Amino acid sequence: MSTHRLRFTLNGTPRELEIAADRLLIDVIRDDCGATGTKLGCGVGICGTCSVLVDGELVSACLVPAVFVDGRSLTTVEGLAQDGELTPLQDAFIRDGGFQCGICTPGQLIAATALLREHPRPDGREVRDWMMGNLCRCTGYYGIERAIMRASGAGGQSDGRGLGGQRPPSLS
Amino acid sequence: MSYDYHEPHSLDDALALLTRFGDDGHLMAGGTATVLLMRQGLLRPAHVVSLRTIDGLSGIARTPQGGLRIGAMATHRAVERSDAARGYSPALVDAFASVATVRIRNQATVGGNLAHADPAQDPPPMLAALNATITVRSPRGERTEAVETLAVDHFTTSLSHDEVITSVLLPPILPGTREVYLKFLPQTADDYATVSVAATLRFADDATVADVRIVLGAVGPTTIRAKRVEDALRGARPTPERIRDAAALVRDEVDPLDDLRGSADYKREMARVWTERALAALTR
Repeated sequence: MSTHRLRFTLNGTPRELEIAADRLLIDVIRDDCGATGTKLGCGVGICGTCSVLVDGELVSACLVPAVFVDGRSLTTVEGLAQDGELTPLQDAFIRDGGFQCGICTPGQLIAATALLREHPRPDGREVRDWMMGNLCRCTGYYGIERAIMRASGAGGQSDGRGLGGQRPPSLS
Repeated sequence: MSYDYHEPHSLDDALALLTRFGDDGHLMAGGTATVLLMRQGLLRPAHVVSLRTIDGLSGIARTPQGGLRIGAMATHRAVERSDAARGYSPALVDAFASVATVRIRNQATVGGNLAHADPAQDPPPMLAALNATITVRSPRGERTEAVETLAVDHFTTSLSHDEVITSVLLPPILPGTREVYLKFLPQTADDYATVSVAATLRFADDATVADVRIVLGAVGPTTIRAKRVEDALRGARPTPERIRDAAALVRDEVDPLDDLRGSADYKREMARVWTERALAALTR
């Protein structure tokens, strides 16, 4: 099998690695770079747990051949906070209960970061359409939507339909 | 997975590699389908030839005649975000935007989608309904082929191992034409369709149907052109009764399989329902 020299930046830090042709991006990020914030979930591009940004574009790291990121710029959950300062989105996830067990959270944060870059003031429907591919097995979708709406400047106001498209039970 | 990976910098170099490797070689565009197939052991190429480093394959632009040309390496989301594509046909944008999730659409390419020949994919029926053709390069030169006839069976195309899809060409849409893409998703929004219907319809001056094309996805080994339904409508006034009777003919044109998205009988019935809905939407 061929090997390839890979140069890219991970959260702003230049990296240079020699990798086998069949390595996947998720494994290079976690095993070679030690950035274990990004999780491997389903491994087939469905669950969203391995969401990362490649040149700002949201992708599933479990489906991307690592050779594809040569010359690119990668952002993972470790790259969101700057100098220990959380982003407004991260802060909103904490304040609005945007996570429960936390396994899906790195992917949710990365996906929502990409959403807010493309749609700085999304409505509830845009949030649900965009985040639909990031699964939360704790079903913490209302908190995730609230957090994203708050971070967008909408003050945590949503249309109350939640990511599942149904009205939530009364929230205290 | 274990293969040698190649990044040619020109189409000619890619064709030379494909010729050299023969059946041991496999093209990779966005990689979404190829990576999954390789990890499942369904595809075991000794050589993977990437199109990633070849310039000029990802543009999206209107043609001087009023059509649209999409480079084979354009991603689904590039089509979704393209003003040229939206100006050409919002229904075409709908079809690309219906695929899976943002993540997949950022990676999966237009040409890769067609070469994968998954009969449940969203873009092929819409492209076929819009009478799209692909441009194919090989060491023997360039040829074109209709999207409608590209897939010949489940995950099988008429392309040979040394042919590369370079672009998709959509012809100008005649004035008075309406287009629609409907996807029936009874489970989750990122799922494959249970049945999808792409249709275009053009009225004549006397309010009869001058032309109609109906192509269904997910209900056969390839996309299915509903020619009997089309014939029952062409030249006729599309009254609700006429549409209902014509749509019923689709039941005998589709060839669905039983799977998690429903029994073959259920899909046959849903093909009728959604064909009727598509035609109703086009004639409102």
